Amino acid sequence: MRIDKRGVLTGTWNLSGNQACAEGALAAGCRFLSAYPIPPSIEVVERFTQRAKEVGAVFVQMEDEISVLAAVLGASWTGKKSMTVTSGPGFSNMMEHLGLGVMLETPCVIVDIQRAGPAIGIPTRVGQGDMMQARWGSHGDYEIIALSPSSPQEMFDFTIKAFNLSERYRVPVAVMSDAYVAHLKEKVVIPPAGKIKIKPRRYYKGRKDKYLPFKRDKDFVPRMVDIGAGYRFHVTGLTHDERGYPIMFEECQEHNVHPLVKKIRHYVDKIVEFQEVETDDAEVVIISYGATSRFALKAMEQARKSGMKVGSLKLITVWPFPDKRVAELAKKAKAFVVLEINYGQIVFEVERCSYGNANVAFVSHGEKGIDNIEDLLSTIEQVLKEKKVRKGIIEYRT
Amino acid sequence: MSTAHKFMCGINESGRHKMSPVKTIDSKIIHPMDNLLRMERIPHIWCPSCGIGLAVTAFTAALEKAKIDLNKVAIVSGIGCTGRVAGYTKLDSFHTTHGRPIAFGTGIKIGNPEIKVVVFSGDGDLIAIGGNHFIHAARRNIDMLVVCVNNFIYAMTGGQVAPTTPLAAYATTSPYGCVEPPFNIPYLADSSGAVYVARWTTLHIRRLTNSIAEALNKRGFSVVEVISPCGMYYSRINKLGDGLDMMKFYHDNAEIRHGEDTKNLDIGFQTKIIVGKFVDRERPTYMDSYNKWLSEIKTEEKLRK
Amino acid sequence: MKANPKDVNTGVYYIDGDVSSGYGALAAGCKFVGGYPITPSTEAFEAVCRRGPLVGAMFIQMEDELGSIASVVGASWAGVKSMTITSGPGFSLMMETIGFGAMLETPFVLLNIQRGGPSTGVPTKTGQADMMQSRWGSHGDYELIAISPDSPQEMFDYTIKAFNLAERYRCPVMIMSDECVGHMTEKVVIPLADEIEVEPRRFYDGPINEYLPFKPDEDLVPPMVKAGDGYKLYITGLIHDERGYSIKNEEYKSIYTKRLVDKIRLNKDKIIELKEEETDDAEVVIVSYGISSRVAVRGIEKAREKGIKVGSLRLVTVWPFPDEKIAELAKTIKAFVVPEINYGQIAFEVERCSHGEANVILVPHGGAGVHNPDDICDAIEYAAKEKKRIEGVIEYKTKLEKLVFEEGYKLHE
Repeated sequence: MRIDKRGVLTGTWNLSGNQACAEGALAAGCRFLSAYPIPPSIEVVERFTQRAKEVGAVFVQMEDEISVLAAVLGASWTGKKSMTVTSGPGFSNMMEHLGLGVMLETPCVIVDIQRAGPAIGIPTRVGQGDMMQARWGSHGDYEIIALSPSSPQEMFDFTIKAFNLSERYRVPVAVMSDAYVAHLKEKVVIPPAGKIKIKPRRYYKGRKDKYLPFKRDKDFVPRMVDIGAGYRFHVTGLTHDERGYPIMFEECQEHNVHPLVKKIRHYVDKIVEFQEVETDDAEVVIISYGATSRFALKAMEQARKSGMKVGSLKLITVWPFPDKRVAELAKKAKAFVVLEINYGQIVFEVERCSYGNANVAFVSHGEKGIDNIEDLLSTIEQVLKEKKVRKGIIEYRT
Repeated sequence: MSTAHKFMCGINESGRHKMSPVKTIDSKIIHPMDNLLRMERIPHIWCPSCGIGLAVTAFTAALEKAKIDLNKVAIVSGIGCTGRVAGYTKLDSFHTTHGRPIAFGTGIKIGNPEIKVVVFSGDGDLIAIGGNHFIHAARRNIDMLVVCVNNFIYAMTGGQVAPTTPLAAYATTSPYGCVEPPFNIPYLADSSGAVYVARWTTLHIRRLTNSIAEALNKRGFSVVEVISPCGMYYSRINKLGDGLDMMKFYHDNAEIRHGEDTKNLDIGFQTKIIVGKFVDRERPTYMDSYNKWLSEIKTEEKLRK
Repeated sequence: MKANPKDVNTGVYYIDGDVSSGYGALAAGCKFVGGYPITPSTEAFEAVCRRGPLVGAMFIQMEDELGSIASVVGASWAGVKSMTITSGPGFSLMMETIGFGAMLETPFVLLNIQRGGPSTGVPTKTGQADMMQSRWGSHGDYELIAISPDSPQEMFDYTIKAFNLAERYRCPVMIMSDECVGHMTEKVVIPLADEIEVEPRRFYDGPINEYLPFKPDEDLVPPMVKAGDGYKLYITGLIHDERGYSIKNEEYKSIYTKRLVDKIRLNKDKIIELKEEETDDAEVVIVSYGISSRVAVRGIEKAREKGIKVGSLRLVTVWPFPDEKIAELAKTIKAFVVPEINYGQIAFEVERCSHGEANVILVPHGGAGVHNPDDICDAIEYAAKEKKRIEGVIEYKTKLEKLVFEEGYKLHE
C-alpha cells in the first residue's frame, strides 16, 4: 500500500520514547489524535501537534478521557487512522469505550504510558500496573491485543505494528509502554517510506444496498466502510446481527460475541511475538516485558558469567499471552523468574501456563531504584537451589 | 390489526416482523418517509402515546426540506428511548454509549468535516451524563445539530428522575417528589455558546420540522429541544393522563415567543411552556478557527531533536 | 454488634434479588446510596429510594456513574456506610474511582448486576462476564473482595456480609450478582435485628495529634476517622506515607502500597467462603458461582444418574480466589468443569491453580440466557472419560454454539 511520505521522518534521530511513538503513529498513517493531558504521556501529543500541520493530521483535546476515546472511535469510522495516548487513571476512564470499540470492531490504537501506583500514584514515576487491566478492564467478553515496547526504537516500530494489527483484526490495540521508556532518549532509525509495511483497512467494495456491516469473512473479521460514502449503515453497542440491528436473544449473543473472541484466539500463533535469548540450555528463564526487559538482559549476562544457565524471554505481545511457548519452556527449564514493576500481574499468566512443570518466582522490580538488579540476581540464585516444584508463586524476601 | 395494517407494519402470520423491502404500488413508494427509515425494523419499540415518533417524523421531513446530501449525514444516538432513533433512520447511524454521542460526533466531524453530524438523543443522555460534553461542544461551536427530546424522565430504565424533571414531580427515584430544580436546556445551550437554539413540543409538528430544517443548514452548534409526552412513565406516575392528554396540555399551555431571553424559559410542574426560536447568531465554528490558525502559521518551528 | 432494629424490616417476603439487596444494605446500616439508573439494577436503587428515607438513609441519583461512585467514596469518608448500584457499562465507568477508593482504603460496597456484554450488550438479560474486571479493572496494584450470591435470600445475607467485610478490611467489596438472580422472585426471610451481625467501623480513639491515617494495626488495617471530627485529615490518591502525605521516592512506595495487596492476600483464609459438596471421592468437580451454580445442580444430578462421581465447589467469594483449595482438589480428581456465562474468565484461574494436575473444561455461554443443563452434564461425561492430560482450558462446544454456527439458525427473517 502506498504510504504517505509526509508522515515518515526518515533519518537517524535521538528521540525520547514518547517522541518516537508520535513519529511511529504519523509514519503508520495516523491522521487523528485525541488526548487529555496526563503525565507522563504529554510529550507524545506535543510532538504530534508540532508535526500535524505539515502532515495534514488533526488533534483535538477533549474534556475528559471518556470523550477522548469516543472521539477516536468516531474519527476511525470516517476512515482516518486514529489514536489516543494516556496513562493509568485515563486508561481506567476509557474502559467503557474500549468495550464499544470492541463491539463496533473499530480499529484504533490506545497508548498507555504506565505510571506508578493505583489511583493517582506517582505521576512521574514508572510502573507496570495496568497489564491485567489491558486485558480485563472492560466488562463483557472480548479479546484484545497489547504490545510492550522496551526502547524508543521499539516505541516507533511497535506503534506502526499496533496500527497494522488493529486494521487486520478490527480491534483496538493497546501499546503498553511505561514512564521509563517514554522518557528515555536513544537512537531511533526511521527508514525510508518504501521500507515501512502498512496494513490497509479492509474495505467492503460491493453494492451499497447489500452491505452488511457485521458479515464476517472466514477469519471472523467483517469489512468496514467510511461514513459519508453512501452506505447508510447502522452500528450499535447492543448485541446485534450481521445487519447491525439489535436482537436481544442468547442466539444473537452467541452469534455476535463468540466471534469477537474467536477472531483473536484462533490467530494467536500469527499475532504473538516474543524475543528469546539463550533459552536453549537455560535452567532459569527470566520473563519480562517493557522497561524491565532491559534489566533482565543485564542480569542474564551477569548470571551467565557466574556460571548459572540463565535465558531471557521478552514478551513483545503481552496479550494474547504466549501460552504455548511458556508451556514448552516450562518443560525444559527448572524455573521462571518474572520481573515486573508491580506486585504481580503477568506472573499469574506465567503460573497458569507452566502447568506445574517449573517453579515460578516473582521479583517486584524498581523497589530500590530502576537499575538495581540485586533482587533479581538473588532470586535467580535461590530458585536454582529449589529441589522440587513448589506450588504457587515464590517470592523471596530480601 | 387489519391485514392491510399488518402488511404496512411488516408483520407476518406468525407475528414476528419480517424484513420487508420498500413496498411499491405501481412503482411508487407507499409513504414518503419510507426511504428515510429502516422499514425492515418497523414496528419500532416505542410505547403507545410516546412522542418520539413525532420527533422522528419531523426530523425526516426536515431532512428532505433542508435539501442536503443525505449520504453525507451521520446520526449519532446515545442510550435511552430517544437513543433508539439512530437504529430506525436510514443514514449512516451510530448507537453509542450513554452520554457520549456528542463526543463521538465530535470525532466524526473533525475526522471528516464534510459530514453533517446530527446527535439525536434524550434529556437524560445529553444533559445528565452527557452534560459535560454538551457544554464543551457548544463552547467550541462544533458544527453539529443536537436534537434533544425532553420527556422529563429516564424512561428506558423505568421512570427515574432526570435533571429536567420539574420540581415536585414524581419519579421512581424521587418517590416523595423531585427536590432538585431542573435544567433549562435553552439557557444552558445559549450560555455555553450555541448559535441556534429552539424549543418546540411534539404538538407543533410543522414548526418543529421547519426549525430542524433551518438548523440542518446552520453552521455551528445548534440545539432543538423537543418537549415530548411519556405516557408510560412521566404522565402515568404523575397522574397526568396519557400522551393525548399531554398533547392537549401542550395545546393549552404552550406559548410561542420567538427571541425570548433564554433565562425565562424554565419549566415548572404543569406550568406554561414557552416555545419558539430563541437564538440564531453567527460565530466561527471549531473547524473555521482551526483552519484559520493553520493557514496563519507562516514559519515552521524547528523540531526538537 | 447487632443490627439496629429500625433498619431491619423483619418478616417473610416474596421479592426479587435486587430489592432484597437493597433491604440488606439498609439492614447492614448503610446510610448513603449514590446511584445511577442502569438496567437491570434499577430495582435495587428504587427499593433504597423508597425505604431509605424511612430509616434515615440518604440517597442521590447522580448525573452519571462517575458521579455516583465519587459520591459514595466521599460519603464513606464522612463516616457513613455507603453503597452504589450498577451494571456492566456503569462498572466500567467507575474503574478509576474504584482504584482511588482501594488506594485510600475506603470501605464501600458496589453491587454489580451483571448483564450480557460487552459494550451495551443485552441490557435486560443475564451475563457473568465482569468477573475478571472486578479484580483487574482499575490501574495499578490493589486487591479487593468479590462475592457472588445465587438467590434473593443470599442477596440479602451477603449484602450484609459485604458491608461487614468492607469495614473489617477497609476495602471496596463487590457483589457480583447477575440479572437472573437480580430479577428472580423468591422467598426471602429477613430475621430479627438481633440475629444479624453487623461490623461497626473501626474508628481511631487515641489522641488527635498522634493520629496517623495510614498506620496499620497488627492485621495490616488502619483504624479510620471521619471528616468533621477535628483530625484535619489529608487524603490523596498520590502514593502516600502514614501521614497521608505524598511521597516521591520509590523506596517508600513499596512499604505503603504493598500493604494494600498484603492485607487481603495474608488474610485470605478468613475471607474466602466456599460451599463444597461431595468432593472427597469425586472424579470431576464443578467449579461455579452465581446463577450458573444453580443451573449446574441439574447438570450434576443428571451426571450422577449416569454413575459419574461429581463433586461441586461453589465459590461464594470469587476474589480472593481459593488457590489452595483448587490445587488440593486437582491432585485427586480427573478434571474440573467450569460452567460460566462468558467465554472463559474464572476458568483461567482454575487452570492456573490446578498446576497441570487436572484437566479444565470450560462450558461457556455468551449471555442473555443461562446454560442448558444437558451441556453441563455432557461436559462432565467428557471430563470423566478423557484419559489424556490436556494443557490449556478445553472449551466445550455447547448445543447453542452448534445451533447458531453449524445448524444455520436464522436470527431474523
